[in-house]
Parts: sequence; C-alpha cells; structure tokens
Amino acid sequence: MGLVISFWILAAICILAALGVIFLRNVFRAALSLILCFLMVAGLYITLSADFLAAVQILVYVGAISVLIILAIMMTREVQRGSPSNRLQIPAFIVAILLLEVLVLTLLKTPWQIATTPPLAPTTTALATRLFGEGGFILPVEIAAVLILSAILGAIVLAREK
Amino acid sequence: MMALETNINNLVRLQAVPPDWPGGFWGHWVFFTVVIIGFVLTMVMGVIYIERRGMGRMQSRLGPNRTGPFGLLQPVADAIKVLLKENIVPTAADKLVHWLAPVVAFAPALMIFAVIPFQNGAMLADLNIGILYVVAISSVSTVGVFMAGWGSSNKYSLLGAMRNVAAVVSYEIPLVLAIVGVVLIAGSLSLNQIVLAQDIPFILLQPLGFFLFFAAGCAEINRSPFDLMEADSEIVAGFHTEYSGMKFAMFYLVEYAEAIAISAIITTLFLSGWRGPLLPPWLWFIIKVLLVFFAMVWTRTTLPRIRIDQLMAFSWKFLLPLAVINLLVTALEVLASPAGLPWVVVIINLAIMAILILLWSKFFFKLGWGRIEV
Repeated sequence: MGLVISFWILAAICILAALGVIFLRNVFRAALSLILCFLMVAGLYITLSADFLAAVQILVYVGAISVLIILAIMMTREVQRGSPSNRLQIPAFIVAILLLEVLVLTLLKTPWQIATTPPLAPTTTALATRLFGEGGFILPVEIAAVLILSAILGAIVLAREK
Repeated sequence: MMALETNINNLVRLQAVPPDWPGGFWGHWVFFTVVIIGFVLTMVMGVIYIERRGMGRMQSRLGPNRTGPFGLLQPVADAIKVLLKENIVPTAADKLVHWLAPVVAFAPALMIFAVIPFQNGAMLADLNIGILYVVAISSVSTVGVFMAGWGSSNKYSLLGAMRNVAAVVSYEIPLVLAIVGVVLIAGSLSLNQIVLAQDIPFILLQPLGFFLFFAAGCAEINRSPFDLMEADSEIVAGFHTEYSGMKFAMFYLVEYAEAIAISAIITTLFLSGWRGPLLPPWLWFIIKVLLVFFAMVWTRTTLPRIRIDQLMAFSWKFLLPLAVINLLVTALEVLASPAGLPWVVVIINLAIMAILILLWSKFFFKLGWGRIEV
C-alpha cells in the first residue's frame, strides 16, 4: 500500500517536472525542473528495490550532468533570460512526435513480465558478479568508457582556439 | 576460518542496537530524526565556538570571550543576531530560486547523517550502499550553491558559484577514489560494516587515502585553504553575497553542518567510528568528530588560501595521480591477503605514503604548478 502511494506521488511529480522542463521559458528554472525529475526517477528506483541504481542516478544525473548543464547555462550570455529564438521549432516538434509514437508503441506492444521472485537484498554483490564475474559485461563497459573519452578529447580538439 | 568469522559476526550482532530500536519502525524513524537534527544543531554551536576560540588562540589573539563564561554563549548571541536581521532580496533576483537555494543546500547536509552510525547499529538507516548514498546525496548540495549564485543575479555570486562547480567536479574524483580504497579493505559499502571491519583503524592501513580524503573533503565543502568560492578579498562573499537574515543563517549552518558531516565520515571511514575502550561508543564518536574538526581548524589557520589555477592543478596533478596509485597498491594488498590485512601492511603503506608525497611534491614543480602548458 505504502509503495503504491509513493509510486503515484513520485510519478505525478516526475511528469509535472518533465513538463516544466519543456514549458518553462526561463532556461535555468527548466534545468532545475530537470533535476527534480531526475530525483523523482531515483525515488522510483528505490520503490523497485534498486537502491544502487538510485544512488548512481543521483550521483551521475544530478551531481554531474545537471551541474554541467547549469554551468553551460551560466557560461552562455544570451540563454540566461528566456530561450533564444531559432527556426528549429517545427523539425523538433516532428522528431518529438515520432519519438513519442515509438515509445507509446513499445509500451503497448511489449508483454511486460512481472518477476515472481523477491528482490535481492544486497544488490551490490549481484551487480558485481554480473560485471566482473565469468562472462561478465566488463569489456562492453570499458569500451563504452573509452569511446566517451575519445569523444570528449575530440570535442576539445575541435573547439579549442589556436 | 569461515566458521570463526560467522561466530564473531554473530557476537557483534548480539551487542548491536536492533534495527527498529526504540519502538518499531515509526518510533525508530522519529527518534533518530530528532536525534540527528539535535546532534547537528548542537554540534554546529559547539564547533563554531571551537573554531573561533581555536583560531584566536592560533593567531595570538583572544577570540570571542565576553558572552557567557569563556565566551560559550557567543554562538547563541550570533544566532539571535542573525535571525533578527532584515531579510533583503535584490530586485533583479529570481525570487523563487533565491528563496529555495538555502533549503536545497541544507537538506543534503542533514540527510548525510542518516547513514552514519553513532553506535553499533544506532543509525537512521543501515543502507547496503551507505557510503555511495553519502557521495550521491552530498553532490546535491552543489545545486543549492548554484541556485544561490544564479538566483541573486549578482556577478560576484555567479563567480563564486562557478568556482564552486570547478572545485566540486575536480575534487570529487580523488575523494571517491580514496573511499574506494577503504571499501576494498572493508568489503562492504555499509558504514556500520566498515566500522566493524576496523580492528586496525583504516588511518593506519590507508594513511595516504586519509590525507587525500581530508584534502579533497576540505575542498568539497569550501573550507580554507580551499575557500575560493567565498574569498572575501576577491569576490566579496561568493555565492551568498546577496543573502541576509535567516537565509544567510541557513548558509552559515550548511557550511558547518557539512564540515561536521565530513568529520563524521572521516571518523567512520578512517578512525574506526564509534569503537574505543572504556567510554561509551557514542561519546567516542563525538570525541573523534571534534578531533577531526580541530585538525580542519588547524589547517585553516596554518595555510594561506590557494589561487584558482593552483586549486585545479592541486586536484588534477597531485591528488588524482596519488589516489590512483593508492587504489592500485590497496587492490594488490587485498588480493595478496584476502583474509584480512596483517600489521606489516601498516608499515609498508606508511612508507609508500611518505615516499610518494615527497617525490610528487618535487614532481609537482616540474609539472608547472598551476600552468596548463608544461
């Protein structure tokens, strides 16, 4: 019962915050709304007994990504008061509609399975085994990390003024 | 060996405070919430007194000594003064953000204490991911500082907030790497388990990790010599330039609550938390927290504030390489003796620390201090 109530509260705030990200004219407030949305998603993870994922969600999305978004807003002069005007509204609208359609279709078509086993108590051990154990995912994770690093280096090289 | 370990674990668990003490889930929750709020507020008063009197002593002056016996009531007088002051909000400020910022900054500082054990098992929530929770929650504080800096629409506030993000992003890495060394030895992320694993305090097993954590922790919470975000001589008061009255008091409270939080985490991770002979465990915990805080006051009065370029260089060219080496050495040691590290490791690690710090201090000059080009 408690879980259901908390789920609906979290979900409602999450969706309101997500709408705020789109509709708030003030970009800084939109970024703050995004942070609220991330926090609520972390709360949803907790209701699903995924405590490790919730902590990582806050650490990565609130602590790192949002902070960098806000830093970018602070560094940009035009963006601070309201959105800058551009002509990408209609293309963005079309892409967003397509994405929404794909998401809704996937949600409706997927046969959702509900696990019958109770959630694992210490999630960290299970995650570590999947990551570092036999046939674990360490190689894909490392490759992803190296890819991101090379992308960052590339971006710095391209953007650097000589 | 396994049987013996289970026996010891059972013994310790018998002495532990049960997870729903006193009186069920809600009783536990209410009791510990009140205890944590009371603890933080009392300790803030205490450490402000220690800091002001200690700094006075170290700088050959008296410090506040007029209010009450030995100036003990000075924090109370300060609190009343600050609460009675007028609350001024700049006209150009983003009112909502300006108003929310102190709350957003204060909540995480208080929430950290939820997982810190005051005694065996005496904590609000013994999370499996304890220390990860601390790292995650403390990163939310930055958002509060940002909101203050941006919402004030003041150049100095904005500069202070930007310096803050630069510091937090850089120092988070050595901070977390230093924690990982402790977690490797303890074999658990739960803070209570980490304390239980410290038959030898981890400050001896991880001396380099301790210093890295201390330096990076001081930088994270903007304490001198890393207080560039509120450097009075350069940017007035940084992100809280435009704050006054109650809201300024909140930021003042956050500053000291964070300092106590870092001291409590250092106590738990490196100084074997509540463990100690004779005195009751919670008293040991408080004594150790105050000792760590005293060390912070000591560094504050001893070292001059560093420049912004030196701040970055110190993190990336000094702390980060040492943290990586420390992690590598610790991992090798844990691999070599999985049953628990012997006393010999203490001497080895102390030697490694001394050599690394001496070598890297020389090497740091070669890397060009704060210069980007080498």
